[in-house]
Amino acid sequence: MRRGFVIVLFIALLTAPLLYKRSLARRKAAAVAEYGFTMAESAQAAGIRFNHKAPTLDPKLDHIMEQVASMGAAVSVVDFDRDGWDDLYITNSGEGTRNALYRNMHDGTFRDVASEVGLADVNSRETGVSMGAVWGDYDNDGFEDVFIYKWGKPELYHNDGGKHFTRVSELAGLPQWVNANTAVWFDYDNDGKLDLFLGGYYPEDVNLWKLKNTTMMPESFEYARNGGRKYLFHNLGNGRFEEVSEKMGINSRRWALAAVTADFRGTGYQDLFIANDYGVSELYLNEGGKHFREVGKESGIGAAPKSGMTASVGDVLNRGQYGVFVSNISEEGILVQGNNMWMPKAGAGLQFENMANALGVELGGWSFGAQFGDLNNDGFLDLYEVNGNVSLDQNRSYWYDYSKVAGGNRAIISDAASWPPLKGRSLSGYQQKRVWINDGYGQFKEVSQLVGVKDRYDGRSIVLADLNNNGALDAVVANQRGPVLLYKNQVSAASHWIEFQLEGRESNRSAIGAQVHLFWNGQQQLQQVSGGSGFCAQNQRRLHFGLGKVPTIEKVEIRWPSGRIQTMAGLTADKIYKVQEPL
Amino acid sequence: MTVKWFFSIENRYLPPIFITLILLAGNLSFGLLESFSRTALAIATSMLFEVALGLLMYKKVPNFASAYISGISVGILVRSPEFWPYALCSAIAITSKYAIRWRGRHLWNPSNLAISVMLLLVPEFVATLSIQWGNTIWPMLIVWVLGSLIVYRAKRLHITATYVASFLALSLLRSAFTGDSFLAEAAPITGPMYQLFIFFMITDPKTTVKPRWAQCLVAFLVAVAEMILRLGENIHAPYYALAIVGPIANVIEIALTTKTNKTKPVAKQELAAA
Repeated sequence: MRRGFVIVLFIALLTAPLLYKRSLARRKAAAVAEYGFTMAESAQAAGIRFNHKAPTLDPKLDHIMEQVASMGAAVSVVDFDRDGWDDLYITNSGEGTRNALYRNMHDGTFRDVASEVGLADVNSRETGVSMGAVWGDYDNDGFEDVFIYKWGKPELYHNDGGKHFTRVSELAGLPQWVNANTAVWFDYDNDGKLDLFLGGYYPEDVNLWKLKNTTMMPESFEYARNGGRKYLFHNLGNGRFEEVSEKMGINSRRWALAAVTADFRGTGYQDLFIANDYGVSELYLNEGGKHFREVGKESGIGAAPKSGMTASVGDVLNRGQYGVFVSNISEEGILVQGNNMWMPKAGAGLQFENMANALGVELGGWSFGAQFGDLNNDGFLDLYEVNGNVSLDQNRSYWYDYSKVAGGNRAIISDAASWPPLKGRSLSGYQQKRVWINDGYGQFKEVSQLVGVKDRYDGRSIVLADLNNNGALDAVVANQRGPVLLYKNQVSAASHWIEFQLEGRESNRSAIGAQVHLFWNGQQQLQQVSGGSGFCAQNQRRLHFGLGKVPTIEKVEIRWPSGRIQTMAGLTADKIYKVQEPL
Repeated sequence: MTVKWFFSIENRYLPPIFITLILLAGNLSFGLLESFSRTALAIATSMLFEVALGLLMYKKVPNFASAYISGISVGILVRSPEFWPYALCSAIAITSKYAIRWRGRHLWNPSNLAISVMLLLVPEFVATLSIQWGNTIWPMLIVWVLGSLIVYRAKRLHITATYVASFLALSLLRSAFTGDSFLAEAAPITGPMYQLFIFFMITDPKTTVKPRWAQCLVAFLVAVAEMILRLGENIHAPYYALAIVGPIANVIEIALTTKTNKTKPVAKQELAAA
């Protein structure tokens, strides 16, 4: 009798996970009717015909080329000609390939003008190939300039009145070679001039086209500290920059893949968050623009090492506080790191806890870029994540061989020669993207297939932007060795919105770092103007708020980087407000 | 720890002490755990089930060493961002000891069976420890030396040694089959997962056969089964290999032993095994 009970208990325990999986599937299906938006892929129709090509690196890496050359597809949003319509800059990475600058033609179509303005021909074996680009008006002339980071020589181009770009890298004092995968503009000392952070991935003495040896890989899968150095360029105001990272306390050789800045403590100064591959994330607190102090471990975000790929900031619970989303790797049964959704803990001090599990955004495949934005204008920030690492032969996986070296000792994993050949196999390829809709009650629901996001390319960089100035956030995705996709967003007219286009005067003119705190209908939401977020990406400069069905706006508080607080009232929904910093 | 003290500790307490030290050192220096709370949940569930099922079946609270080591193994080896897999895996491990028995012995190493079941049933939520602790050779050397001392003390070093030698020899063979370098094939055994596997799982006294030569043979056969699974690119080859070979060896031994030794009272044997 007792033995029978134990056997029944054992069988019940074995069946429990299967029942749990069935209940999860039922819950997903029941939520279909609630979303209020659909997304339709329409890149070709919009005139965006761009295919990313990966570089061909040193022949010593031939056996794992697709795995090493697995980044470089990137997209950033900018209104480069100040016509009030957002344009798109897209990077390519094959030697001799061209980057594209798609000018918004105001009718739903785009035209590539990169060659005309001098931003196309930037990829070569000699100077390296693009990994991404971030835009910021470093000289406050009103036109957004562009910094292109590469596995190679980083480049700064000055925007000459929205008509042409002039290369000014030497004048700016940029280094000769950095294998970088992240950069972000921000004014760390609030002097009104944009500074620049640049994060190295491979060490800067490695030329991936001319390897001295093959020991250039990470020394550990989760504890590596042999990556590229970090740079902090202080804007001196005459087109020159001074590199001050060491002086300012940023001294890390982790493998940086994404950086984002935000004022996490309300000090008025931008802190710096870095998501690192092969290790823990880092959080550098800005101490009055005079020094940075790394507090990853004590704040909680630096405890468990994973494979950080993206860093995006959002007030996901409408509490007037930023959380940080960091994507990681999850592959069924092999490596389930889970994404991190770092939410500030209540109480004294800056402490974060990972709420990805509780919020329902933890499993995203081999995740790369992600961005927050209110896709259905219901008043809550949603999350769009792209994923997929290497999609080659769909029926053969490299994971087994990859796991052999990933678990191996330093001497093995750090030497590319020890890595088994890829032989045309996939490594977490053909993955389903994630569109997580925030229900406003602390839960996200994954709805990608239901709203029309069905591609399975190897997504890298994603941006959200209102490309038609109609109050709906469209998504643009850059895929590695794949096409750029434009998902046009059709939002239910019953939901309202408001947008703010900020321009600094005493603060930097791009208004990067400015915060808009919106109060409406008894709710609140905090957003900031960002100089780069996600993975190798930069969203639209304009801030977009969904308002839901009852758009009673109480007030708006804008805190400018200069410290000035501006309050606005009497605003109406469904409009774009252009706001200049008052003097 | 003095040598005298080390050799005076009862055998069954050495593995729990050792594995606890590994856990603490690994987590404090490298943050290897998903979180202490998940590991604590695994241990607590394991001990709770042990007490409940021990009382139910034998009206006696069993010694905690076995349940503790199952729980802590689950806590270290299972990687999941969720909490429930830790509890469920521990519950399956302990319940299996009481549910799957033949002639008074349980057949599977409990944590090996439970982890294998989780990997098969809920791979989307569960993986296993698959990376190095840190990036230097020192943690690995310390664990190997201490682990070897402990299995030597427990008179089971021959099992570990046979398995390691077989793994390395078969790595050469696999390397010839796959064309990958020997280092790539041998790399997994340098990881911490294997350290726990070779010191605690394959040497588990309750689920290994008794004669010394047979223990070596089974260790070799586990390595062979693992090689076959690895040639099929199965990432969890060591777990599945032990889950397949271990119980077959036990069944054969039980069948042969009970034929020649039918006088031993089963109830007493059961209590001892639990």
